[in-house]
Order: sequence, then C-alpha cells, then structure tokens
Amino acid sequence: MLLTSYLHAFGEYLVLMARTFSRPERFRMFWKQYVKEMAQLGVDSIGIVLLISFFIGAVICIQIKLNIESAWMPKWVSGYVTREIMLLEFSSSIMCLILAGKVGSNIASEIGTMRVTQQIDALEIMGINSASYLILPKLIGMLTMIPLLVVFSTTSGIIGAYATAYIGHILTPAHLTEGIQYDFNQWYFWMGVVKSVFFAFIISSVSAYYGYRVKGGSVEVGKASTDAVVTSSMLILFSDLFLTQLLS
Amino acid sequence: MIELFELRKSFEDKKVLKGISTTFESGKTNLIIGQSGSGKTVLMKCIVGLFEPTSGKVLYDGRDFVRMTKKERMALRREMGMIFQNAALFDSLSVLENVMFPLDMFSEESYAFRRKRAQFCLDRVNLTDAAHKYPGEISGGMQKRVAIARAIALQPKYLFCDEPNSGLDPKTSLVIDDLIHSITLDFKTTTIINTHDMNSVMGIGDNILYLYEGRREWEGSKDEVMGAENERLNSFIFASDLFRKVKENAI
Ligand SMILES: Nc1ncnc2c1ncn2[C@@H]1O[C@H](COP(=O)(O)OP(=O)(O)O)[C@@H](O)[C@H]1O
Ligand SMILES: [Mg+2]
Repeated sequence: MLLTSYLHAFGEYLVLMARTFSRPERFRMFWKQYVKEMAQLGVDSIGIVLLISFFIGAVICIQIKLNIESAWMPKWVSGYVTREIMLLEFSSSIMCLILAGKVGSNIASEIGTMRVTQQIDALEIMGINSASYLILPKLIGMLTMIPLLVVFSTTSGIIGAYATAYIGHILTPAHLTEGIQYDFNQWYFWMGVVKSVFFAFIISSVSAYYGYRVKGGSVEVGKASTDAVVTSSMLILFSDLFLTQLLS
Repeated sequence: MIELFELRKSFEDKKVLKGISTTFESGKTNLIIGQSGSGKTVLMKCIVGLFEPTSGKVLYDGRDFVRMTKKERMALRREMGMIFQNAALFDSLSVLENVMFPLDMFSEESYAFRRKRAQFCLDRVNLTDAAHKYPGEISGGMQKRVAIARAIALQPKYLFCDEPNSGLDPKTSLVIDDLIHSITLDFKTTTIINTHDMNSVMGIGDNILYLYEGRREWEGSKDEVMGAENERLNSFIFASDLFRKVKENAI
C-alpha cells in the first residue's frame, strides 16, 4: 500500500517534470522570472551560507587543533582537515541540507499558495503551461546559483579557520596555510560542485512538486512545505551516499 | 456560442453533473444559478477544461473542446477570459502588470502598445488610479475589477465568471454586474456567469440555467423567471420574504 503510493507520487513527479521541461512560451517572460528567482532563491541565501560556513570552518579548525591533534601528528593537520571537510562534505551536502530548509519551504509554499488561490488555474485558462512557467525558472535559477554558493561556502569556511589563527591565536597562520595548501587535489572541489548541482535539482523539483499538487487551503500548504523539506533532505542524504562513491 | 451535450462529471463514485445539455449564445449574459453544492463550479470547470468531463461534448462555435489535442486547447484558451471567485490575481505583480500579463505572454505588439492596451482595460473598469498598487493593497471589489480587466485584455470571445459578486456589498455587486453586461454587449462575448445572487438574476439574466443536484431543472430569461411554474426554482428564488413580496406584487 505504502509502496504503491510512493510509486504513484513518483509517477506524478515524472509527469510534472515532463511538463516543466518544455520550451518557454516567451523567452522575454522566462528571462524575467529567471533573474527574479536567482535573486530570491540564490542571492538571498548568500548571507546565511557565509555565516554558517564561517562558524563551521572556525569550529572544525579549533576542534582538530585542540582535541584531535597530538604530538605525533604534523602541525599542518588542522588546516588540512578543515579544507577537506569543507570541500568534500560541508560546502556541498550539509549546505544543501540547510538550503533545503530555506529554499525548499519557500518554493513549496509559494507554489502551493498559488494553487489554492487559483492563480495556477488562471495561468492554465490563459493557455499557459503553468508548470513550465512557474517551475522551470526556479529550477534553472537554482542550478545556476548553487555552485556559486558552494564556492562562497568553502571560502567563508577557510576565512573562519584563519580567524581562529589571527584572532583566537589557536594555531599559527603559517601552520594553517601549510595545511590548507598540503596535497591539494583539484578534483575534490569539482566533486562538491557536481554534487551540489544534483542537490539543487532535488531541492527545487521536489519542493515544486509538493507545492504544485496541493489541494485545499492554508493547512495543506503548510503540510506541503514540511513534506518538501523532509523529502528533499532525505533524498539529498541518499544521493550523497551514491554520488560520493561514484565520484571518488 | 457554446453548446453542451449530455455533459456528465463524476468524482470517483459521486455523480456531480448528471447529463447537462444547453446552449449559451454570444452577446448574451448566460447565468447558471443553483444552491451551493449544486455543481455550478464543477460545470464551469468542465466547460473550460480545468476538469475533464466524464462524458459528453462541449462545443465552442462548433469546435469540440473535449476531444482537442493539448495544443489545440492551448490555442482556444487564448480566446477565453475567466474571472475566478477570489479574483486569483498574481500577487507578486502590480495591478498594471497583472493586466499586462496576458499581453506580455501572447501579444506580438511593442511594450508601449501593450501598456496602452492594459491602461485602456483598467480605464474600462474605472481603475485608472490603482495601476501601481499591489493586489494585497486594494479592496475585494477592486480586485474583481482588475480580474475583469485582465480577462478582457486579449479581447476574448468567451468570458467566464465564477460567482463574481461573492463577498461584495450590494452596490459594488451592481457595478460588477453592469460591467460584465456592458462588456458582453460591446465585444459580443459569450458570457457565462455562476451566481446565486438574485439581484444579478433580475438585473442581467439574459438567459438563466437553473441547476438542481447536477441536472438542468429549468431554463429561461429573467422575464420568464417571475411567472415560472417550476416548484424547485420558485422555492430557490423566492426563498427570501422580500422576493416573495415582489412576486406577489408583480401578479
Ligand atoms: N475536486 C473535487 N473532488 C470531489 N468532489 C468535488 C470536487 N469539486 C467539487 N466536488 C463536489 O461537487 C459538488 C458540487 O460542487 P460545486 O460545483 O463547487 O458547487 P457550487 O454549485 O457551489 O459551485 C459538491 O458536492 C462538491 O463536494
Ligand atoms: Mg462554486
């Protein structure tokens, strides 16, 4: 019973995606929406990404230095571990989990509200493919912005680590720099970017699906928004597992 | 002209429309009346294709809407305008942008022309000054008028209104009714209005279809309503004392 309902939802999701990926009616309108969504979903998330990454970068550095490093370990280990954690997991997976909460609930409640106030019906009556008009700009906007946010996040994390060196004097900047530059593998950076693109697709399409299929009123919109966050977070975690194995 | 043939609609095993046949003529305001839950909204949604009818035909000037491909439907929908029960304005857009929206989407004309056309439609509904407000900042009556302006922006041949007067005071209701009526006459649209407002029935009911439990119970003009013999219709229309007295005086 549960399985059939999952399959049913997955089928609905695929149908919605097929409608979403159709040529926009008018590129002028698509462009306008696209720019708006990049600002609303991407640019508006920069603050939270910088803030969280800064503190996590600093905390990882302190933890490694004070609690893990021991006499037999080289001095560069704190910087090295901070860099690898930020690049490999935090800036892509964990950050996308956080954004699933922020962006996912935003998308689901916006589209859900448009559904219950008949704005989606109004689009359909005008002869507009509402799925494509509403969802495609959000999806493409997220795919554009997320890799940038990954870069911002890693950068901010490293700055956080330096703050512990310069302001907190936990370790010397020279040791930190040595660690951050030690045995750098460029692919790790690209791995984070590739993963985040998948996660961006999950967040925007799954949240749009939950919003789009709302029936009823404000209670259902609230529920859709919760479901969107929970489901996209789960899917991010699962796909992280597969992607990490695949890309390593 | 819109013709319905034996239109039926069920949700799972619940029959809502039980075979409705009728003709809505152009240049006339066609009213669908009936109690709440009698299937007015479902009927309208079946006509415009927001619901798929279980069986039956919907002909737009002879073109069968139910059997059309998706593409043909999209094209026909550009000839439709609809005013929803709660106006359904896009709340991220200003009033002017709302009215311009269908033009931006489908018109090949220049920006200046589209803007002028939108302004013309806003003037038509007496909302010249509200152009730069947002839907959240204007009253319900004004929202309905914006919805009308948006619906007529592309000069539709078919105009649909679902309870255009719900939630409005009697005076504003009259304004909306008159507006829809005069637009219908001016542009020769085929207009279909769902309502349970008796003032509308008496005021602009060129053709009135009375739905009772998903069936076409009675049909006629506003002049025929007064003398109608149908018992269910009478108990619906003359439910209020006021209208009963009006009827007694008329006889
Ligand atoms: N999407 C739906 N699913 C199931 N039943 C519905 C749906 N929409 C309407 N109905 C049922 O159809 C009947 C007619 O509803 P409606 O057309 O909205 O009435 P009204 O005449 O007040 O507009 C109601 O009993 C309602 O419960
Ligand atoms: Mg209704």
